[in-house]
Formats: sequence, structure tokens, C-alpha cells
Amino acid sequence: MRAILFIIQKEFLQIFRNKTMLPIIFLLPIIQLLILANAATFEMKNINISVVDYDNSRISREVISHFDASTFFTIIPTEQSVEKALELVHSNRTDLVMVIPNGFEKDIDNSIAPKVQLLVNSINGMGASLAYAYSSSILMNFTKNIAIKKLNVNIQTPPTISTQTSYWYNPELKYSHFMVPGILVILVTIIGMFLTALNLVREKELGTIEQINVTPIKRYQFIIGKLVPFWIIAMFELAFGLLVGKLLFDIPINGSLTLLFSFAGVFLVLALGGGLLLSSISSSQQQVMFVAFFFMIVFVLMSGIFTSTESMPNWAQIFNRINPLYYFMKVIRMVLVKGANLSDIRESFISVSILAVTMLSFAIFRYKKTS
Amino acid sequence: MNPIIVNKLAKSYEKVNALKGISFEVEDGELFGLIGPDGAGKTTLIRILASLLLPDTGKASLVGNDVVKDFHEIRKIVGYMPSRFSLYTDLTVQENLEFFAGVFGSTIEENYYLIKDIYHMLEPFKGRLAGKLSGGMKQKLALSCALIHKPKILLLDEPTTGVDAVSRKEFWAMLGKLKAEGITILVSTPYMDEASLCDRIALIDKGEILSVNTPKGIIALFPQKLYGISTPNSFSLLNHLRTLPICKDAFLFGQEIHVTTSNSNITCESLHDLLSNSGFTNSTVTLIEPTVEDCFMQLMGNNR
Repeated sequence: MRAILFIIQKEFLQIFRNKTMLPIIFLLPIIQLLILANAATFEMKNINISVVDYDNSRISREVISHFDASTFFTIIPTEQSVEKALELVHSNRTDLVMVIPNGFEKDIDNSIAPKVQLLVNSINGMGASLAYAYSSSILMNFTKNIAIKKLNVNIQTPPTISTQTSYWYNPELKYSHFMVPGILVILVTIIGMFLTALNLVREKELGTIEQINVTPIKRYQFIIGKLVPFWIIAMFELAFGLLVGKLLFDIPINGSLTLLFSFAGVFLVLALGGGLLLSSISSSQQQVMFVAFFFMIVFVLMSGIFTSTESMPNWAQIFNRINPLYYFMKVIRMVLVKGANLSDIRESFISVSILAVTMLSFAIFRYKKTS
Repeated sequence: MNPIIVNKLAKSYEKVNALKGISFEVEDGELFGLIGPDGAGKTTLIRILASLLLPDTGKASLVGNDVVKDFHEIRKIVGYMPSRFSLYTDLTVQENLEFFAGVFGSTIEENYYLIKDIYHMLEPFKGRLAGKLSGGMKQKLALSCALIHKPKILLLDEPTTGVDAVSRKEFWAMLGKLKAEGITILVSTPYMDEASLCDRIALIDKGEILSVNTPKGIIALFPQKLYGISTPNSFSLLNHLRTLPICKDAFLFGQEIHVTTSNSNITCESLHDLLSNSGFTNSTVTLIEPTVEDCFMQLMGNNR
């Protein structure tokens, strides 16, 4: 036990003597939250639209004015030719081309369903479908109004289902409420996993591990002594990140913080244990960096930070059972935004605990003092 | 039982036979030197004894503890100093000592008498980071850290490589004092001049032990007479000597050429005349006492 304390004390001495360490701990969360939570948003504003109006009638101009009036769209002038408009798409000056065919007004007058063509730039698939959805809803509303006007107002229209939407847990659909907890997960994992992994392999590179290996320190003592300092730093990082999120983005904290931090504690044993395992099988910091980076990218993209994990293919959902970030991403959002309690996150808690114990024993087992 | 027993120890890496089944014993309280060139297998042997490396075959024991089975015990009784400086460069002198004392379950005060002399020299720098010490100071700190738990056996892997001449002298003086405390010391070095400072030495080359003896004993076993030739033109003389049929071996030692002959009738005078006749007129020939290095060169020649 005393040996562990000596290792922990030594680690802290080294950590705080390292001049890049304090900026990493304090500036990293602020910068990441500020940049990512503001920049990475799915809300579409300023969709550029070009309209090729072959009809050039009163009604077609009315359609265009509806788009003009919408805050989502900016009209980019174009010549009267689909080819010219597509050139604009090609040079990235417009996202969407709407072609109103000749006879648009006549069709409406003759009660034939009017047709327009939408050509969407789909380099960014997500943006394209949103642009399409926005523009078709404008067109739908427009035709509905025309129909009502045309068929005398007094005549009863057939009953349609009207929807009243209310967004639970995030009534204003604030993107930052969704994003900030997700970024915190990544932040805490990076800080914890990378720092631990680099630390152990650095001892190998510098040869200091030779001197440690001839001491009577037991394997588990060494691993625990390495783990605890970074565990404490990562937990502090989570607290600090939450504070920044609360102050800058006013993220909701509806659930119990004790619950969140207990879960984070177990999660970090898993993440840090992974880092230690990685560094015990690598021989240089470079190797560790590349391998850690690889796993990090896979785990982050699969974790559901941007996309819903439920809509992922079956194999991906099975893979996610061993993805630590998937659990933490789910739990932090549930606890902060929804106010989930222990029974809501029980399954995740159990899974992460099992993974953590497995990982830690593996890391201790894999670390060998003799070659 | 002797504190260090090495029995037919062998270790090979992928393509190299680092140790080819070597055996020797080190007696209690002995300062034992492992002398050999780079790549002889010194580091491999010391790492096996320090329980950092597993041997392929053979056995070794330190104070009765097998280096493979009883590695827990080994780590309590051995002080090991690797050839590369492996203390924490971002910790101070004081912090390094405290840390190593701590992990051995000891304190600096407990065994202070052992490191007193060395620590005294380090004292003015105790707040300095270990990475900012000079080479000689680093060695002293490393030795202090290896001694902090009062080991029974000290394993030192090339402790004086890359250290200036004065610090080397000081270092060997310290080893002498530690020996007086009853610590058995195994030290490896590529410097032949350090061999005479050991009680006994093992000459090692290409994973084999050529000879184990006291430095005097090794010299006494030198089979031929040894001549030292000084000449202003040593390089062409060396080449000339090697073409002579009476010359067995000829090596350049600094400014002097050391020659052995296969003909026992040769004397200093006859050798001098022989050289004068070949045009090397202003050379002096003397009969000299062989050094450990001469013995080593001779044994290495036989080994090839």
C-alpha cells in the first residue's frame, strides 16, 4: 500500500512539473466546448437556392417570393437555363436548384397537379436531405393555400390529421444541450486514456522502467499507482467541463451528479486501463499515439455523438456493446438532459463495470516486469 | 554457498547467441569484474541476474535464490544499475532518492551510512533535476539509488562508460568502500585498465568466458615473453612485424607496439638488430610486463 502511495506521489510531481500539463487540463475543455458546441450544428441556415423559372407567371413568382421570405433560404440569381444553374451548383455557389416548368400556372388553373423539379447538391448528405425537407414543406404549404383559395373558402376541405409536436427533455431543441455532454465524454476519454498510455510508454522509452522493474513493486501496485493520478485528473476534468458547459451554454443538469460521477468513475477505470494495456504492448510513444488514435476515432464515430446508434446496422449495434464511449455518451445525456436515475441506466452501468474489470485485469496481466 | 552462482547459462536472441552456456561463481564480499568488448554478452548476463531477462537454459542464483523462480526475493536483495541512466530526469536528486527508498519500503535515513560519502558529494545539488546533472554526478546518484535499500549484491552494468577520468577514479574508490561494507559487487566494464581494481575478473567475449582469475593470476598465465617497441613510425613497423615469420602477435597499444614471438631464442637485442636491418633504425625494444589487455588480446586470438 505504501508503495502505491509513493508511485502516486511521484506521478503527481512529474505531471505538475510538466509545463504543457496545466494548459492541457484547463484550456482544452474550454476551447473544445467553445469551438465544437458552436460549430458542429445540424441546424441549416442560409441554404442557397437558385430558381430557373420557365413559366414566369404570377403564381411562379409567388412561389419564389415564399422562398425569399423564408429565413432558411437565400436566393442566388441565375440565368434562365438549367445548365447554367447546375454550373452554379458545380462551383459550389448554390446548394439547391428549383426548376419551375412552363405551364405551371396553367396546370394549377386546370386543376392538374403542378410539378416542380428540385436539384439538390448532395455532397453533404445530411445537409441535402434537410434542404430538400425545408423546400418541400414550403411548396406543400403553398399548394395547400392555392387549393383552398381555388375551391371556394366555404367548401369543406376533407379532414386531415394535424400534428402538434412537443419536444420532451429538450423543448427548444437546443443543439448545445445534445452536443456539450457528448464533447465532454470525448474530452474526458482523451485526457484520461492518452495521458496514461503515453506516460507508461515514456518510462519504457527513457529506460526508467528498468529501474522500476528491479524493485519489489508488485504488478498491480504499479498499474494502480499509474492509474490513480490520471483518474483523478480526468474526474476533475469532467467537473470542470460541466462547469464550463453550465456557465457558457447553460446545459441542463436534471439528474443526480453523484450518479453521473459514479458512472464516470467506472468508465474511467475502463478507459485508463485500456490506455495502460495499449502502452504495455507498445514500445514507443509514436506507436501508442497512432493505435490510440485509431481506436478513439472508431469509438467516437460509433458512439452516437452525431448519429443515432439505433439506426446503425445490426453489426454496429453489436459492436457498440464493447464500445465504452457508447455507454458513457448515452448515460451522460440521459442523466443530464432527461434526469435519469440509477434504474434507468442500470444496464449500461453493469456493462461498463464488467468491461472495466476485464480491461484492468488484462492490463495488469499483460504488464510484465521480465522479458 | 557463494552469493552469485552462474551455471551453464545460455541466452540467444533471434540471430545472435548472446551467451553460450557460461559458468562462474562470485565469492562473498568480492568485487568481481566482467571484462569484455561491446557485444560480448555482459549486459545480457547482468540483466538475467537482475531477473529482468529469462535465460534459455542453465541456472543462476543470487544468495541461494533462483533468478527465475525466486525473482521476488531477488528484487529485495539486489541493487542494479543499468548502463543507461534510468532515473527520473524530471525529478530532483532528493526526490529520486526518496522515491526509490519508498518503493523498497525503506527511508534515506535508514541506510544513510551506506550512501553517506556519495550523498555528501550530491548534497549541493539535491534540489536540481536529475536530468540536469553532469555525467559523473548522474552515476553517483544512480549508485545511491541502487544502494538505498542496502542490497546484499550490487550489479553494475558499465557504470563508468561515458564518465570522465576523475569521476571514474572516484567511482572505483566508492566501490572499494562498499566492498568493505560486505556487499558483493559484480561490475562489467569494457575498460581493461579497470580490471586491475577488481579482486577477480572474468574475461568474456562473444558470449563465452575466456578466463576467470585474479588480475595477477591472469597476467601470470601469459604464455610468452612480451616486447614493447617504441618507434616514431609505428604504423609501418606494425605492418612490417606482421609479415615476419618469427612474430606471433603484434598489437598497437597507444604509442607502443606489443609483440610476442614464437621463437624463444629471440632477445631484445636480436629483435632490435632485426628491425634495424629492415630500415627501422631508431626504434627501442624492451622486455615488458604484460597487462590484462595483452592477456585479453591473446586469449581472444586463441578463441578465433
